[in-house]
Amino acid sequence: MANENQIWKYGDDINTDMLFPGKYTYTCSTAEEIKPHLLEDLDPLFAQGVQRGDIIIAGKNFGCGSSREQPALGLRAVGIKAVIAKSYARIFYRASINQGLLLIECPEAVDLIQDNSTVELDIENGIITIDGKEVTFPTLPEEILAIRDNGGLLNYTRKKLRARQTK
Amino acid sequence: MGKTFAEKLLARKAGLSEVKPGQIVTVRPDHLLTHDNTAAIIGKIKDELDEFGVIDPELSIIVLDHVVPAANEKTATNHKVIREFVKKHSLVNFYDAGEGICHQVVIEKGFARPGTIIVGSDSHTCSYGALGVFSTGIDRTEAASLMLTGETWFKVPRSIKINLSGKFVSGVSAKDLVLTIIGDIRADGANYNSVEFHGDLSGMSIEDRITVANMGVEMGAKNAVFPVDEITRGYLESINMEADSYEAVWADEDAEYYQELTYNLGEVEPVIAKPHTVDNVTKITDLEGMKIQQCLLGTCTNGRLVDIEKAATLLKGQKVSSDVRFLVLPASRAILNEALRLGYIESLSMAGAIILPPGCGPCLGAHMGVLAPGEKCLSTANRNFKGRMGCKEAEIYLSSPETVAVSAMHGEVTDPRKVNM
Repeated sequence: MANENQIWKYGDDINTDMLFPGKYTYTCSTAEEIKPHLLEDLDPLFAQGVQRGDIIIAGKNFGCGSSREQPALGLRAVGIKAVIAKSYARIFYRASINQGLLLIECPEAVDLIQDNSTVELDIENGIITIDGKEVTFPTLPEEILAIRDNGGLLNYTRKKLRARQTK
Repeated sequence: MGKTFAEKLLARKAGLSEVKPGQIVTVRPDHLLTHDNTAAIIGKIKDELDEFGVIDPELSIIVLDHVVPAANEKTATNHKVIREFVKKHSLVNFYDAGEGICHQVVIEKGFARPGTIIVGSDSHTCSYGALGVFSTGIDRTEAASLMLTGETWFKVPRSIKINLSGKFVSGVSAKDLVLTIIGDIRADGANYNSVEFHGDLSGMSIEDRITVANMGVEMGAKNAVFPVDEITRGYLESINMEADSYEAVWADEDAEYYQELTYNLGEVEPVIAKPHTVDNVTKITDLEGMKIQQCLLGTCTNGRLVDIEKAATLLKGQKVSSDVRFLVLPASRAILNEALRLGYIESLSMAGAIILPPGCGPCLGAHMGVLAPGEKCLSTANRNFKGRMGCKEAEIYLSSPETVAVSAMHGEVTDPRKVNM
């Protein structure tokens, strides 16, 4: 799948306050409430300009800071196809699995991708093709893919609860 | 080959004879902490809660602390929804607004039991590692799932060993140590790792250990943990936790570490984390004389009695600079009551400090103490991210309680070693 949409490129240590300001943490919980404030203090153009299928590129330690899940929930809701970063902070990484947002850890890709690059993702095999050049990234263990592939953690939990009930 | 703390504890909890870094294990945490975000968490699983109920009414610890007392109709309604949920499901571990910051309450009320696992929908849940607990932050969705199932998964982390020795010099404390470590290994230096503190820990009080473990997440750690020793046991006795009621876990001598670091507390100097990242650490001497408009003493990092005592002792009979708003938030009601009894609150209030109710509010820009554009705040909190205190054109500097108190008095960044503390 070729990337026809925008690439949003940011630097290292993009923290959760930049992704979603703490002052809204207790007043915005739903996707519709979160969307207008996404990346508000980092890139005021993002919330208005983002389109389904866009990709975010970032440096190391993306999503560091708070345990708030609004960044992961919001980025999934606006249709971000994938975040490709050099590394992630662990709570954000977990939150993204739980929301079904695709995170790819691939420093090589981050260095190669330019604003006008064509990016193709082969998620199953862990391959990113950037302007024709292939780089690989590690895929997730099966136990974790099951959460993402079931549409996020809550859907997965619901299925498990129903299965137990019918036993 | 020996095992680390994380490997031993996760194996025990997963019912396995041994586990290795990278392995995924399923565990049932001993407790699940949530706070004001409980309203959003239960909102996700309304139907499931009606149909299945909570898995265990003793699993959850709920503390209202982030926006207390409520700042507006929305936060007031959140609190109300949480109180109704607690009643409906007969939850036993609920602490309403005013009791304190969740991490302090969890410790004071004896939930942080050595050798257990606590997860919480708050990144500073790692604080309980100070008492030999494997504790770590999770998101709201995972907290919702835990309320229903009681179980979750962990990837067994690699571990980093930090050896400590010596005693702090006057005017220097654990906050300086942990900021120094974060400055050295950076904000992602311990990413996905379990951080263990070893060595001669006689110079590290329980309060020091909580401050350090609290900031484990600021170096990216999954958890940060201290061994259970005489100091820990003494504290646990003081809160009536009997020694035979817990089973502490510690790393083997020959455990394998990804990285090892060594610090002598006697060599640690006062430091400050400059805007807008916690690892932007510099010696206080680089910033001496910088004017500040607000000082904050409190939060889950440094709002304990010893921290308030330091400020009260310094400011007794003195005045806070007329150019500074000095906010003091005790971390819990128990701390506030003790600080009142000992006259610390009187000393601080007489000196011109603004005493706020126990809670988190200003630290995350959620409630009170918001900054104006161009202002600088020196704070004992754990984060200085852009916009964190409610204004993206303001600057937050992080330091020890000693540095905050001395600087509040002088209206500018002042080296606490120059004052007899």
